[in-house]
Amino acid sequence: MDDVPIESGLVLASILFILGMIGVLTRRNIIFMLISVEIMLNAAGLAFIVAGAKWAQADGQVMFIFILTMAAAEVSVGLALILQIYHQLKTLDSDAASKMNG
Amino acid sequence: MMDLLWLVPALPFLGALVLILFGTRISRTMVAVIGVGSVGLAALITILVGTTFISSSESSFNLLLWSWIDVAGFSPSFALHLDPLSLIFIFVITFVGFLIHVYSTAFMAGDEGFSRFFAYLNLFVCSMLFLVLADNLLLLYLGWEGVGLCSFLLIGFWYEDKNNGDAARKAFIVTRVGDTAMAIGLFMLFDAFGTLAIPEILAQAPQVWTVGSQTAVIIALLLLGGAVGKSAQLPLQTWLPDAMAGPSPVSALIHAATMVTAGVYLIARMHVMFELAPLAQQCVAIIGAVTLLLAGFSALTQYDLKRVLAYSTISQIGYMFLALGVGAWSAAVFHFMIHAFFKALLFLGAGAVILLLHHEHDMFKMGGLRKKLPAVYWTFLIGAASLAAIPFITAGFYSKDNILWLTFASEKGNVWFFLAALFGAFITSAYTFRMVFVTFFGEAKSTVTHRAGNLMTVPLVVLAILSLVGGFIELPHTIGHLELLSDLLSPVLPSVILRPGIASAEWAIQSISIILSLSGVYLAYYFYLKKPALPGKIKSSFAGIHHIWFTGWGFDVLYQTIFIRPFVWLSTMYKGDPVDKCYTGIVLLTDFMHRVFAKTQGGILRWYIMGLVIGAIFILTLGLLL
Repeated sequence: MDDVPIESGLVLASILFILGMIGVLTRRNIIFMLISVEIMLNAAGLAFIVAGAKWAQADGQVMFIFILTMAAAEVSVGLALILQIYHQLKTLDSDAASKMNG
Repeated sequence: MMDLLWLVPALPFLGALVLILFGTRISRTMVAVIGVGSVGLAALITILVGTTFISSSESSFNLLLWSWIDVAGFSPSFALHLDPLSLIFIFVITFVGFLIHVYSTAFMAGDEGFSRFFAYLNLFVCSMLFLVLADNLLLLYLGWEGVGLCSFLLIGFWYEDKNNGDAARKAFIVTRVGDTAMAIGLFMLFDAFGTLAIPEILAQAPQVWTVGSQTAVIIALLLLGGAVGKSAQLPLQTWLPDAMAGPSPVSALIHAATMVTAGVYLIARMHVMFELAPLAQQCVAIIGAVTLLLAGFSALTQYDLKRVLAYSTISQIGYMFLALGVGAWSAAVFHFMIHAFFKALLFLGAGAVILLLHHEHDMFKMGGLRKKLPAVYWTFLIGAASLAAIPFITAGFYSKDNILWLTFASEKGNVWFFLAALFGAFITSAYTFRMVFVTFFGEAKSTVTHRAGNLMTVPLVVLAILSLVGGFIELPHTIGHLELLSDLLSPVLPSVILRPGIASAEWAIQSISIILSLSGVYLAYYFYLKKPALPGKIKSSFAGIHHIWFTGWGFDVLYQTIFIRPFVWLSTMYKGDPVDKCYTGIVLLTDFMHRVFAKTQGGILRWYIMGLVIGAIFILTLGLLL
């Protein structure tokens, strides 16, 4: 397998991260915001993998598994919250949930 | 018998207490009985204790009542100390005080605050007695402030008039300046000796300090500050002429006979300190000499009967200070006693005139009262003669002559002091008889409907007799040579040391002073009876000097400019709370920031994320750049 240069891997990770970030910033729908956050997480994971491959260390992959686990937990909590918000407010607009100024 | 001493201050205190608590509920007769009776009984007990004390041949008697405070070695006792000096003072206070109380029952008869007046007056007598009987300086200070308080209350007795209230405040504040100096002096004394007991301090001081020691001089000067404030001497004399706003008996008791001489008492009592501090003692003499001249000139120009007497009091206390300053301790006490008699008499007489003329103070509107008020006239004339030191028959002659002679002859005296005192004597007799001639002689300018009653006349007569015969207890070497008072005082106050080889000059000095006092009378006679138009002409040609004298040498204006104006200016400035503005500013800024930051917490999730992102970018950029 040809060596992928580290730069291209990191550039891909950055692009993904920025795309996710823009998604979080621009979307009003909470589900889309959650998806965007997932993209950002995976971008970070990708950066770890690339770094691990570069120095031939297992740490990068270990870190990625951590991120994956955390993402799963986050999604489960996030989806539960989204259900509750929808139940309460009858909408998925994140700006609608500003009642508590939190 | 001597143990009864505690009753002397206790009775007036009790009287004051009863009058304060029940004064409005009991009848006027009852108020008068309690007010006058308490002081009268105190006077009787004083005479009783005094005779026992003199015949017992002890030099002092100490009566410990109770221990006042006991903290870490500081244990001033509540103790009375009787010695010849305090005996003379309590005699004058209770006896003259009693006469003035009797007089007041008639003088204040129609006043609404009858019981209040006697309550204050009794409280004053009590405080004054504590002042002179105190065994330690703390108790003395209690009495000192007590009389200050009563003076304040009584000057402002007719408080409906704003001027009276102002005069009361002025008296209180000006004397407070001196009292502060005195308090600092007491702290320094305590620091040096660890006690405030007067006998101990007087005994230890010569061992601790040498003559002229710096600490001793400072303490003596601070004590002098207190004395100057209380006794209305230069530069704190401005309050006394205004204090005449009070009722006349108050002026007689507080501002002539007793309280204003508290400074004389203090200096005489602490004479050891002043002997250790020649500089301070010299200051006493200089203050006395300058004050007696300045006040004398001012008295010459006043037209308010009571203000003449007020300036005259300042001047006469100047004589006492002068005597203290040249080391003639007993001469000062002698003059204090005689002055208490004749000045109380003059004030009471003036009060009677003012009352009978329906509160007319201007003596140029009186005139010709000689025939209409014979009793007041004769007693007033005796008082005036005593003040002017008319030779041989009046007590004032003997006491003032004593001071004049000792000012010249004492080791610490000098010719300048003597000349000042001599010239002062001339002015004294001039302004005194100006007052007599203008008030009682000439044409009648007012109508008198009734005469003074017995309650007013009797005290006047008693005081007049005392003003005549009181002087015979101390006669000069040239006439009789009797020294009852000096002998009595000899255990407490050292006798004056004369310059060598000077004793033969005494008769010459006396002759000069006699001539001067008589010529003062003639001057007044010439100007105010023979050529009544003359004073007006002189007045208009020397208007500037007249104005300066009339306003008491402009001290009021001076203090107005250097103390009162800046203070008022400062307080008006501070009215807007400039310092507070800083704190209000901080509050406003915090409030503004709060509003701004509260905006950012709007509950819109995307704004928060934006904040996070911007923050992250900012930190990353910072990391990259640095």
